[in-house]
Amino acid sequence: MTSATLTPGAALGSQRVSENVRYYEDAVRLFVIAAVFWGVVGFLAGVFIALQLAFPALNLGLEWTSFGRLRPVHTSAVIFAFGGNVLFATSLYSVQRTSRQFLFGGEGLAKFVFWNYNIFIVLAALSYVLGYTQGKEYAEPEWILDLYLTVIWVLYAIQFIGTVMTRKESHIYVANWFFMAFILTVAILHIGNNVNVPVSLTGMKSYPFVSGVQSAMVQWWYGHNAVGFFLTAGFLGIMYYFVPKRAERPVYSYRLSIVHFWTLIFLYIWAGPHHLHYTALPDWAQTLGMTFSVMLWMPSWGGMINGIMTLSGAWDKLRTDPVLRFLVTSVAFYGMSTFEGPLMSVKPVNALSHYTDWTIGHVHSGALGWVAFISFGAIYYLVPVLWKRSQLYSLRLVSYHFWTATIGIVLYITAMWVSGIMQGLMWRAYDNLGFLQYSFVETVAAMHPFYVIRALGGVLFLAGALIMVYNLWRTAKGDVRIEKPYASAPHKAAVGAA
Amino acid sequence: MAEEKKGFSHDTIERNTLLLIVLILITVSIGGLVQIVPLFTIESTIEKVDGVRPYSPLELAGQNIYYREGCYNCHSQQIRPFRDEVERYGHYSLAAESMYDHPFQWGSKRTGPDLARVGGKYSNDWQVAHLVDPRAVVPESIMPGYAWMKDRPLKYTDIQDHMKTLRIVGVPYSDEQIASAKADLEAQKNPDADTAGLMKRYPKAVVANFTGNKGVTEMDALVAYLQVLGTMVDFTKYQSPKQLQQ
Repeated sequence: MTSATLTPGAALGSQRVSENVRYYEDAVRLFVIAAVFWGVVGFLAGVFIALQLAFPALNLGLEWTSFGRLRPVHTSAVIFAFGGNVLFATSLYSVQRTSRQFLFGGEGLAKFVFWNYNIFIVLAALSYVLGYTQGKEYAEPEWILDLYLTVIWVLYAIQFIGTVMTRKESHIYVANWFFMAFILTVAILHIGNNVNVPVSLTGMKSYPFVSGVQSAMVQWWYGHNAVGFFLTAGFLGIMYYFVPKRAERPVYSYRLSIVHFWTLIFLYIWAGPHHLHYTALPDWAQTLGMTFSVMLWMPSWGGMINGIMTLSGAWDKLRTDPVLRFLVTSVAFYGMSTFEGPLMSVKPVNALSHYTDWTIGHVHSGALGWVAFISFGAIYYLVPVLWKRSQLYSLRLVSYHFWTATIGIVLYITAMWVSGIMQGLMWRAYDNLGFLQYSFVETVAAMHPFYVIRALGGVLFLAGALIMVYNLWRTAKGDVRIEKPYASAPHKAAVGAA
Repeated sequence: MAEEKKGFSHDTIERNTLLLIVLILITVSIGGLVQIVPLFTIESTIEKVDGVRPYSPLELAGQNIYYREGCYNCHSQQIRPFRDEVERYGHYSLAAESMYDHPFQWGSKRTGPDLARVGGKYSNDWQVAHLVDPRAVVPESIMPGYAWMKDRPLKYTDIQDHMKTLRIVGVPYSDEQIASAKADLEAQKNPDADTAGLMKRYPKAVVANFTGNKGVTEMDALVAYLQVLGTMVDFTKYQSPKQLQQ
């Protein structure tokens, strides 16, 4: 039983709703289905392009299937399609409960956002394959699709913020602070990074106003904060709602939530230039980027502590609830990658790591370990609720998913650590006579075994996701697997008495 | 802590959506403004060097193919000021050298080598053979092949629209350059053409029938672009690093 007094800001409003209220959930269900679908598509695309790097014949010699055109399909599918649909689902689900209010604009607006956002995803992916791109990482969609996304995003913002404004709860719950920072900042970033002039109103091609060094700064202001606000602030909103709900414990520290929130959103924005160390970007900007990236370690770990310590008094549940294990492990991965990030932003470290696979490994420890794991946890929580089932089809399968995916991540990031550091060292190696020891292509050849291991890690991660699909499908059907239930922990009685 | 101060408490923010929105907007704006705005106002951000010019029409068409194929996913165009990089690739990159790139193509990953100074490093024939089948010339390469690009006619009926659009965003194409765009584009691919005007408008442009095809193909444009990369600035004119300071 949760006996701790909930401070006003940390109240989980849903606990006080009368039994017969049904919030709008049709659109949330659609978002969950889309998230699972795009997750599988995105992981599959990732596995395929990973295999292309190990076995280049898989580029197939066709213009639509080269690595250069498919890599944006992978990144957009996992970040914006999978991650985006997870964020829509979780934010629109939790904001109703924490505000004790129906969605502003109703189910119709939510469904409108759903269909248009997912049509946008399909159009964007098609456009990359056909060769329409702005040529900027994570901001590939051309101007007309950017405008389309802007309209969709504004409608989503109106729905979410409108729900918060019309809330029946006196305070805005902490998860909603993070969701609001995510929604508002992503809007600013998206518009700021896509100020383009189209060549023709009937064509796809456009040119951005900024060029060269300014273009680089604006792009990484956008790019790093797509990580900071889309993949971090938004998913922290998920953490602040779903971890306490699943653990049935209040958020560890209300005060830490406040410090976490304001310092995180203030510091993140400054970190972009660490993608441009030792480039033609002026030194003062690089130094600012490095300094703020190192400082960012503190709020990141403040948030991690707040998430993990929420389990105080409920640690035994990690043994019996693999869904909670997903949620908590994700926060641990968040802590790990937010330590690695500041480390890599330090210029001498970056001199070695930049342009290598170490960066790719770092991104995936965050993307697979943090973003995907907390998403899986939230989805496993949501599906039985949304489909009105008493429980998941199988907790054992959740556990199989957890271990398969975890082994996949470990293979992935260790392979990338080794290949990245090795390649960085090979590039700068000199022989006894003072000549560069390795030609570039020798360093490429040395990567091969690690590219195979990385692809294997990806296959395991994908396999885990397929286990999830099966489990969720059977759950939605209302089936319950006959399996050995998780025994309650032997010490539970002692802890529960507290 | 804020909530202990008299007259103000975080509680106020938590009860007021508009206040929360305004404070979020202020908080997330500061860093971006401080880092981005001065790059447009501080004159020394881009060095004053001779030689950097807008791309010729054929090079521009080639750059658009470079964007289209997502070459930036695996190739950087930014040489860092380290001994090994300068020896491997050439003089470290200057901000001025990408001032006409809308957008920049500095990249973030070197699955393949840096291309900032690839111009002139290999022959035209090597570039074509390599693009058609990378492993025919570099057996260990993992680059995709672009054989389909070799004979595909380049679409350049709208090349002047591209140059006019670039002029709106700040690339100083002259009226003369825009008026002669199609002729210049075709001349750069034809070694027998009168290229005096082209070379005056676009010094150091590489003129060649890159692919050996009769018409202008996409690969002609791409190789013309690759062959000019990093060649515009004559670094023998700048002996002291002081002369290149930002």
